[in-house]
Amino acid sequence: MIDFTEDQLERYSRHILLQDVGVEGQEKLLNAKVLLVGAGGLGAPVSLYLAAAGVGTIGVADNDVVDLSNLQRQVVHFHKDIGTAKVDSARDKMLAINPDITVKTHKTFLCADNIREIIREYDFVVEGTDNFPAKFLINDACVMENIPFSHGGILRFDGQTMTVVPGKSSCYRCTFRNPPPPDVVPTCSQAGVLGAIAGMLGTIQAAETLKFITATGDLLTDTLLTFDAKSMNFRKIPLKQQKDCPICGESPRITKLEDAVQAVCGI
Amino acid sequence: MNITINGEKEHLTGQTIVISDLLQIKNVESPEMVSVQLNGKIVNQERFQSTSVTENDELEFLYFMGGGENK
Repeated sequence: MIDFTEDQLERYSRHILLQDVGVEGQEKLLNAKVLLVGAGGLGAPVSLYLAAAGVGTIGVADNDVVDLSNLQRQVVHFHKDIGTAKVDSARDKMLAINPDITVKTHKTFLCADNIREIIREYDFVVEGTDNFPAKFLINDACVMENIPFSHGGILRFDGQTMTVVPGKSSCYRCTFRNPPPPDVVPTCSQAGVLGAIAGMLGTIQAAETLKFITATGDLLTDTLLTFDAKSMNFRKIPLKQQKDCPICGESPRITKLEDAVQAVCGI
Repeated sequence: MNITINGEKEHLTGQTIVISDLLQIKNVESPEMVSVQLNGKIVNQERFQSTSVTENDELEFLYFMGGGENK
């Protein structure tokens, strides 16, 4: 058991008060290592809440710089950060909230060649990317490295998320199989997204991360949570591990990371 | 026949329909952007034209959804 300082006891008092978290849970958070892939709309709220929660080591992977059009929803980046690397901008805000934590920046595109090595140092991965090759790559790498992760997706007024614990629950590929053809994929930059949707979905991912670390409650495993903010209808759709899943099924076809990722690396 | 799509009961005329026709009837614009779960089992997209839906089947249309980055 670590000795909490008085400042820590005060900073984390609202966690410590929770029966399901307490000092033990807070100690787990302080010892945890979480990687955020994408410091965009989803990564923004996740980074702020995980930093505030005292997740001891937060990695952030992104190869992008802050653009004016990001600021409508990527609340970790400020107007003054335009042109700055997103990983640096996010790190500065996280440390400004909580100097108690360590932030590691990975200013790079994750691709088949580097992803396994990078994610290996973390206990949990939060996926907040917009392109499907990256989503499938993260799923496959996490399944191979046996690292749990949270998938997040948003578009227009909708959001979806699932939590994957490899070996115990269905994976992203169990349900979504293969990236859709690039020409039919609407992205936020083409189709638009209501800014606050990123906050709604991102904070659900942050909560799942904290639940996983503190072993509290029931995760969104074998479940796709979807919402439509126009009607504010939320649905939990039960999912099953699929025997014919190409990566976690009975006879996996994917035994090394796939070619689709090369398009991402090539950008 | 009566089926359930995304938790909602639906009545369709006829005894059976293949998934690709059902997607069309339900105005799903891009079938490539949807994963279909039929009674708990994911149907591969190549089988949308050969997989039939019948009375009391439960379907979920699960849409591919991108994410936070502005890329």
